[in-house]
Amino acid sequence: MKIRIFLIAFILIVGAAVIGPWLSPYGVSEVSSMRLASPSLTHWLGTDLHGRDLLTRLLYGGRISLLVGLVGASVSLLVGVAYGLTAGYLGGRIDNAMMRLVDTLYALPRIVLVIVLISLFDLKLKGFLDTTPFAFLAPHARLLLLFVALGLVEWLTLARIVRAQVLSIKERPFVLSSRLIGQTTPTILIRQILPQVFPIVLTYLTLALPAVILEESFLSFLGLGVQAPLASWGTLLADGASLLNPIHTPWWCIVFPSFALASSLLLLNFIGDQLKKDGR
Amino acid sequence: MITFIIRRLLSSIPVGVAVVVICFTLVRLAPGSPFSSERALDPVTKQMLEAKYRLTGSIPTQLFCYLSQVAKGDLGESLKYRGRSVVEIIGQSLPRSILLGSISFLISLGLGIPLGAWAAARNRDQVGSILNGLAILSLSVPTFILAPTTVLLFSFYFHLFPPAGWGEPSQLVLPAFALALPFVGVCARLVRSGLLETLGSDFIRTGRSKGLSEPKLVLLHALRPAILPLISYAGPLAAGILTGSLLIEETFAIPGVGQFFVSGVINRDVFLVSGVVLVYCAFLLFFNLVADWLTALLDPRIRLHS
Repeated sequence: MKIRIFLIAFILIVGAAVIGPWLSPYGVSEVSSMRLASPSLTHWLGTDLHGRDLLTRLLYGGRISLLVGLVGASVSLLVGVAYGLTAGYLGGRIDNAMMRLVDTLYALPRIVLVIVLISLFDLKLKGFLDTTPFAFLAPHARLLLLFVALGLVEWLTLARIVRAQVLSIKERPFVLSSRLIGQTTPTILIRQILPQVFPIVLTYLTLALPAVILEESFLSFLGLGVQAPLASWGTLLADGASLLNPIHTPWWCIVFPSFALASSLLLLNFIGDQLKKDGR
Repeated sequence: MITFIIRRLLSSIPVGVAVVVICFTLVRLAPGSPFSSERALDPVTKQMLEAKYRLTGSIPTQLFCYLSQVAKGDLGESLKYRGRSVVEIIGQSLPRSILLGSISFLISLGLGIPLGAWAAARNRDQVGSILNGLAILSLSVPTFILAPTTVLLFSFYFHLFPPAGWGEPSQLVLPAFALALPFVGVCARLVRSGLLETLGSDFIRTGRSKGLSEPKLVLLHALRPAILPLISYAGPLAAGILTGSLLIEETFAIPGVGQFFVSGVINRDVFLVSGVVLVYCAFLLFFNLVADWLTALLDPRIRLHS
């Protein structure tokens, strides 16, 4: 019951982010002379330093933040499930070696890894994309890299969970019987074991989504993630935070981005929590 | 015990080496040079500078040079802050980060454990679910939201604490809380789920049937095994607080090690970045070691093997 309310609220946020920017009378980067106007009937959530409508920018930033979250979580899902399945099913030495690698990666500070990855390969990827037919993607090289990098640091936990599941599932009679009737290892993995771990994976997705969104905003806040002219909740919050001063702070530039980000994270965490409870 | 520590220390050496190798290689592969950030240098000067800092030749040779230097305890000289060694920079800034981090660490545990215990004890009624909701709320609001909003509220509107700076105890309040609050939620959740599991076990039922009071049961008997998941989380927690402080240091203008790390990455200051990452990694491994030792101390069923 409770979970339905959270789900509906979250879907509303996603819907607003998708549809909102079209409905808004202002453009995302539309500059006006009304700088730092406080919330009013013309600008519901006020304007920023360059006179841009904050509500429009928040809705648009939501698109980017949620997209990064979705793609990052999916990348982590694919890598984590594939890795965990393989390690758990093969077992023995291979499993041991594969899990030691996971342990080593755990020892690297993850955010540090993403920062290093992104700031280092940004230009390389851009240059590489220019030589391929995907040149139209080159301006967004940093965003693409962000997707991949965030996904690549988030998969570790899932790999562990899936592996532990597979270890117990593969000893069950139905796996043995599929082996006996001559199914190959890939078939067994995909047709027999994967459906069994699916509920856990789904639960994990709702927890990985806020984690990735959080990391994206963290990086954007530091100026290493999403870059102008694109905007995300993290960059909007960073813009607001940079306006902090003791004399006159435009509170709306801090409070509204904070609220958008925190409420989405909260909803996703609540949904994940409820799913976990139901799964038990 | 001593063999366990020695073994763990030995086994953490390859991890540390791997981390430094990855980091050094990544920074050297990056486009841009540490010497030409502002204006283009003429090739001769650049070559001389590279030779001076032993950054010539292929990356494996440079790496070998650097690693043999590190093995002697010398982390090299910063390329951006000329004339200052990395050891000196870290030595000056790390104590500040450690002070801030340990205060936040204590706040997270000091608030998180009681909150989690209370939530578990009242699991069946409304109080429990409200407390659980509070815990999720606090872990959903990240430090970079807390930092500007707390400054806005407590420094500029209520004038209770200074908004930034370093040196006075009052300047520590806001950054320490902004850093700690998300981890309060994480700690509370871990303690709560650990306690819920233990409270269902046989020895608790026995204690209850003997007539032990509920607070006594929770505090004296259930908490000890229930706190184990939290302890094994302490390593990542410490690392999280250290890397989280990176952002807090930016916002509150604290001259800690995180600020140097960010500038190091931007300036491709390879020795500074590798040095800081090495220190981070050493902290993480150390806290994991302490966590394992504490686990064995609290749970007599666990024996320390390598």
